[in-house]
Amino acid sequence: MVTCNPLRMASPGAGVGINSGMPPPNFAVPSATTLRQARRLLHWWLRPRVPAAPLAWLEQACRETPEGPDRQFFMNFSAACRHFDGKPLNLTAHDESQAERVRTGWSPALWTEEQAARTAILLHRDPRNAERWLREVRTLFEHADLGEQVALYQALPLLPHPEALVERCAEGVRSNVVDVFQAVAHRNPYPSEYLPEPAWNQMVLKALFVEVLLAPIQGLDERANPTLARMLCDYAHERWAAKRPVSPELWRCVGPHADARGVEDLERAWVEGDGATREAAADALRRCPWPEADYALQRHGLHREGETL
Amino acid sequence: MTPARFLDPHIHMSSRTTDDYQAMAAAGIAAVIEPAFWQGQLRTSVGTYRDYFLALVGWERFRASQFGIRHYCAIGINSKEANNERLAREVLEILPLFLCKEGVVAVGEIGFDDQTAAEERVFRAQLDLAREARLPVMVHTPHRDKKRGTSRSMDLALDRGVRPDQVVIDHNNEETVGEVLERGFWAGFTIYPRTKMDSERMVEIVRRHGHERVIVDSSADWGVSDPLAVAKTARLMLERGIPPAAVEAVTCRNALAAYGQSGQIREEHWLPPVPVDQRRQFEGNTVLRGQEPRVDRSPEAVRQA
Repeated sequence: MVTCNPLRMASPGAGVGINSGMPPPNFAVPSATTLRQARRLLHWWLRPRVPAAPLAWLEQACRETPEGPDRQFFMNFSAACRHFDGKPLNLTAHDESQAERVRTGWSPALWTEEQAARTAILLHRDPRNAERWLREVRTLFEHADLGEQVALYQALPLLPHPEALVERCAEGVRSNVVDVFQAVAHRNPYPSEYLPEPAWNQMVLKALFVEVLLAPIQGLDERANPTLARMLCDYAHERWAAKRPVSPELWRCVGPHADARGVEDLERAWVEGDGATREAAADALRRCPWPEADYALQRHGLHREGETL
Repeated sequence: MTPARFLDPHIHMSSRTTDDYQAMAAAGIAAVIEPAFWQGQLRTSVGTYRDYFLALVGWERFRASQFGIRHYCAIGINSKEANNERLAREVLEILPLFLCKEGVVAVGEIGFDDQTAAEERVFRAQLDLAREARLPVMVHTPHRDKKRGTSRSMDLALDRGVRPDQVVIDHNNEETVGEVLERGFWAGFTIYPRTKMDSERMVEIVRRHGHERVIVDSSADWGVSDPLAVAKTARLMLERGIPPAAVEAVTCRNALAAYGQSGQIREEHWLPPVPVDQRRQFEGNTVLRGQEPRVDRSPEAVRQA
């Protein structure tokens, strides 16, 4: 689900076709209050779900985290897997709305208890000394096993000093471990807020390559851009040439930025595609502002609004 | 009867091929423990050690999963490289970062090679780390002056307050097994085609010493060795009339009990079989080069995809 963030909608980097390669402006730096509220929520969620022993361990770990020795911090972060397991948190709708209130776009619906515990420890580390905090977080990323990488990337939207973590996020996009890639790309507001356009475009295209859904990518519509539309059309042509299926989800990012060739591709998808593809292509044509799209819609008996004639 | 499921508790998969993984899966090897060891070429910096440990908790685990084999590891600095004092000091500093990772079931393989003072210092420091991290220990016993090296290893463990039931003394032979079992340690046996121990002798050892606290492994690595040694030894034992329960103990149950003390290895991890989805890739690599990927659909695969 794509959450609607008015701030994100207002971002000049979104959807205006300027391929400057610059990241959009920073507008979501988690404040001390956000951190405190997120920590409180994580504890609040874990308390009724987890037995007393791991809970006591976590509370002790969080108590010694803020200013404790870095070695203890690193070991506690790793050792969460020795006290918690991969059981899903199973948040209620109310829990999820609280998360959204604390940090726009924060979507921990699919988190496990272990991931929540790790994130709690991470958020307890005192970030006021930015240099120390960033050094330690880099160490955590560089020494992370697969489960730790997932927890770290999922926590990106909650981390202080987000502007310094852009390259780290792009690194996560390069991972071919599907779990790690999804931790960055899915249900995570950080990429749409901070990734520069080239990295954003790589992320969307890569989601298609590793065969995961585009729908859970936040900001997909807001950050659509002409370069991405061109890359996606090229990719669709490669797939057509190889007689391999093209994900119907792809057309959603093409519509608003389709040039004349893009409109031709959308028309081809409409003509040759299956039900889901036709629906996606028609929807994309409706979102394309150019007269070519109008002509194409008319040619196939489609209106700008509403259903087939 | 359900097909046999083996745990090879000592094998260096980083040095093996995908053919081995396929053969092992076919032979019923469901899970492996890969201890950190000497890779033949001496390392010269802590950086290469760090990346090696990362591969053990990352890439190699992923690679094993592509063949339906569950992969665990032991982390430590081996006795040979303990003699590079600067390197050993730096590796000891990063070890705590790895000991609490998921699937790390022991500190190992550590112990003596030449039985130098430097080796003893590093061995001692790692026994302390194991006690602190509440992890079992996998001890490599030396090739030369073996009997004395084995005794000294056990003395040192007790001296550092590590209980015998937390320590697997590996690479035993007919000369060392008596003392190891008598003192309450786990006794590992490495089945090598030419050195250490062979399957025939192993049958005799189980006949003579029983199956309690006895563990069979392959220690297959970059040299002449057999990644199917555990499965082959099990077959020979059954042919020679060792009771199935005893065979199961020495080729799976005992190692599971010893390393299970870490809380990081459980049989349900690999029963039912680890689903295989070779479409999953790792850091830009895939273990497939052009073949059709094998995809086992299961709830686990869906969760991980």
